[in-house]
Formats: sequence, structure tokens, C-alpha cells
Amino acid sequence: MDIDWAALGEVFGVSLVTTVALVGLFTVGIVGLAPRTEPGGEDGSAGTETAPTPLARAGAYVCFTLCAAAVAYGIYLIVK
Amino acid sequence: MEHLSLIIGVVVVTALVFDFTNGFHDTANAMATTISTGALKPKTAVAMSAVLNLVGAFLSVEVAKTISGGIIDEGSGIRPEVIFAGLVGAIVWNLLTWLAGLPSSSSHALFGGLVGATLVSVGWGGVHMDAIAMKILIPAVAAPLVAGIAAAFATRLTYRLGARRSASQTARGYRAGQITSGALVSLAHGTNDAQKTMGVITLALIAGGSLAPDSDPPTWVIVSAALAIALGTYLGGWRIIRTMGKGLTDIQPPQGFSAQTSSATVILASSHLGFALSTTQVCSGSIMGSGLGRKGGVVRWGTAGRMVAAWGLTLPGAGLIAGASAFLADRGDWGVVTVAVLGIAACATIWAASRRNRVDHANVNDVDPATGLALTADEAVEPVTIPTPRTTSGPAPQATV
Repeated sequence: MDIDWAALGEVFGVSLVTTVALVGLFTVGIVGLAPRTEPGGEDGSAGTETAPTPLARAGAYVCFTLCAAAVAYGIYLIVK
Repeated sequence: MEHLSLIIGVVVVTALVFDFTNGFHDTANAMATTISTGALKPKTAVAMSAVLNLVGAFLSVEVAKTISGGIIDEGSGIRPEVIFAGLVGAIVWNLLTWLAGLPSSSSHALFGGLVGATLVSVGWGGVHMDAIAMKILIPAVAAPLVAGIAAAFATRLTYRLGARRSASQTARGYRAGQITSGALVSLAHGTNDAQKTMGVITLALIAGGSLAPDSDPPTWVIVSAALAIALGTYLGGWRIIRTMGKGLTDIQPPQGFSAQTSSATVILASSHLGFALSTTQVCSGSIMGSGLGRKGGVVRWGTAGRMVAAWGLTLPGAGLIAGASAFLADRGDWGVVTVAVLGIAACATIWAASRRNRVDHANVNDVDPATGLALTADEAVEPVTIPTPRTTSGPAPQATV
């Protein structure tokens, strides 16, 4: 029996890197758009929220665009 | 289709029935986490998945053309009766695992059925045993590991990055991510699995002499296979959705998103790199990985163990049923009729058994959070006690939040 270890390794490597990269990018995007919450004090005081800066916003949209490109490539792989 | 003999007609109908069970068995792969985290309402999720399966089925015929050459030796005298017996084995196995709520691979059931029927009818020469090992056994072990490890790392990462944002602020983002990745899995599933049925029908038409060898599937085959898988997907295998969405682990939106992304990536990467992995095993692996990736997350190994046992039994189980069917079907027309009657009776029995504790879109998420086991009907409708405000004396009791 001949196991194609190279192909299996390639699938593993590509899957791992792509998944982690995509999830990471998308999370950075989500985090960039969410207001920052400073944790409240231990006495129970409410945390303060600061709106995301324009830079964070722009960065988030770059992340989402990259993810959208990956989805488009995925659809291309299915269709071709 | 100039002239279809009766047996070819029977094979085509049986193949479409298998396609239908394939659809509802595999709805869970794309939509279980989306449903269990509440990203989409159950009915909306299965409707979306059904449409994408339908679209996916029309996208390509490449997979359909590889089904015949690979595992079963086309030249070894495979006859429509053998394909019929194989399909009966696959359908009955799919229904049995659905009754048990276990996600098992529909493709393995199909291959197991065809192999079992071929072994009984043609003998060992008709089956490429090394192809089975390479195309089925190795991927079956590799799929959950690859997808699970990727999902575990992704889950760890997304929790770390989002640690300083509250769940309510990130909910919309994760919801969008889950829907998108679920959609990709559905589309890929339609392209892959509907085509397997198209391939089988085409194989039967070639075997029966209605089509020239190496033909592409005719249009009516493509349309009917697409409709059958979409209908099956829409009806939804709610028992399996419950197991994958609630039974294996508790899934929160970040985990659902990581698991789905891992599934979509592994399915596309593996088929693109020519090492196709089973969708069911990839998705189950992702879900377990996302359970391990969250701090404090648990995987219910009892349920996972039963699932893995079902994976191991799928090939021999479907093969055994198909082998027995092939033995009968080879006796002649009365044998084929007997197999058909027994097959229908088996399906009816399983369906009747499923009615005793129904799982549908309304109660799919009603699971005991501690054990992952289904709540009984009484527990599912949680008695909500509303304190009646006393109007006679004193202020109404304030609700504390």
C-alpha cells in the first residue's frame, strides 16, 4: 500500500495555515470595528467604551476585504 | 433516453432516493454550528443550504466522471442489478445512522454499498482494493485530524484576539462569518455529492447500453440529481444536526466560526490538491477541534466515540446489506422485486421508529447543556414562572436583572 505522504502533508499544511490566517484576519476585523471596552474595576464599576479610531476602522475593512477575496477564490475553486 | 429498460429505471429512481438521503444526512455538515449558535434560524439555514446545494450541483461534472473509473472496475462486467443492490445498501445504512443521529459519510456508504455488491456478484477481481485504502481509509483517518487541529488553533487565536471585546459587540461579525463559511461548505457539497449520484446514474445508463462509454451525464440526470439533493437538504436531518451542533461539544459563535472556516478550507484545499477528504469527517473533526480550542471547552467523548464507531462500520455495514441485496437481485427479476420490497419495508420501519421521538426544526436545539443529551418533551418546554404582581397590597415586586 502506497500512502501519498507528500500530498497529505501538503493538505495539512495548507489547511492549517489558511484556516488560522483567515480566522485571525476576520477576528482582527471584528475587533477593529468593536468599541474598546476597558474592563470595569473590581468594585463593580462599569467599563468605559471608546469608539474605534478611523485607523482601526480602515484596518478592519482591509481585513474583511482580504477575507472576501479568499471566499471568492474558494468559489472559483468550486466552479472551475 | 431512447429506451430505458425496467431495471435501469429502477436504478435511476433508487439513485435519486440515495441522493435525497445524502442531502438530508449532510445538511448538518454545513449548517449544524450555524443553527446551534443561533446565527440563522433552523428553517432559514436549511433553505439556504438547499439552494446552494442546488446551484452547486450544476457547476461541474468533473467528479461525476471519476466515480466509475476509480474504485469499481468498469470492465469487469458490472450490471445494473449490482448498482441497484449497492444503492439499497447505502440508503438503508444512511437511514440507520440518521435514526441514531450519527453523522457518517454518505460517500462511504455509497462506496461500501457498491463494493459489497460487486464482491458478491463479480468477486474480488471487480474491486480495486488498493484504491479503497488510498481513497477511503487513509482520508477517513486524516480528515478529522487535519480539520480538528486547524479548528483548535483557529479557535484559540480568535478567543485571544477578541479577549477584550464583549460578546455582544462581536456577535454580528461572527454571525456573518459563520453564514459565509457555511454557504461555502454547502456549495462545495452540492458540487461534490450531487455529482456522485450523477456518476452512478451515468454508470448505470452506460452499463445498460443507453449511453456510450465515457459519456457526460445527460441534462435530465443533472437536473433530477440536483433537485433530489436540494429537497433532501431542505428537509434536514435534524437528528444529525442536533448531534453535531449540540452533542459533541457546546459551540459558541467564535467556535462555530472557526470550525466552519476550518471545514470550508480543508474541503476546498484537499479536493484542490487531489486528496479529497470526506465532508462529514472534516466537519465533525472541526467541531471537536473547536471544542478543544476554547479554554474550558469540553468534547463529549462518549458521543464522539459512537460517531467514530459508526464511521468504522459504514463501509462494512453498507457493504453487507448491499452484498445480501446483490445475492438476491442476481436471482432474476423476482430477486430485484424482493430487494425493492424489503428495502422499502426497511425504510418505512426506520421512519416509523423515528416518529417515536421526533426531532425537527422546532426542538433541534433543545438539549441538556450539561450532558448534551436530548431533553424530553416535558423538560424542553421550560415552565416559566411569572410572579403575579400583587395588586391588593404594597408595590409590585421588582424584577431583578
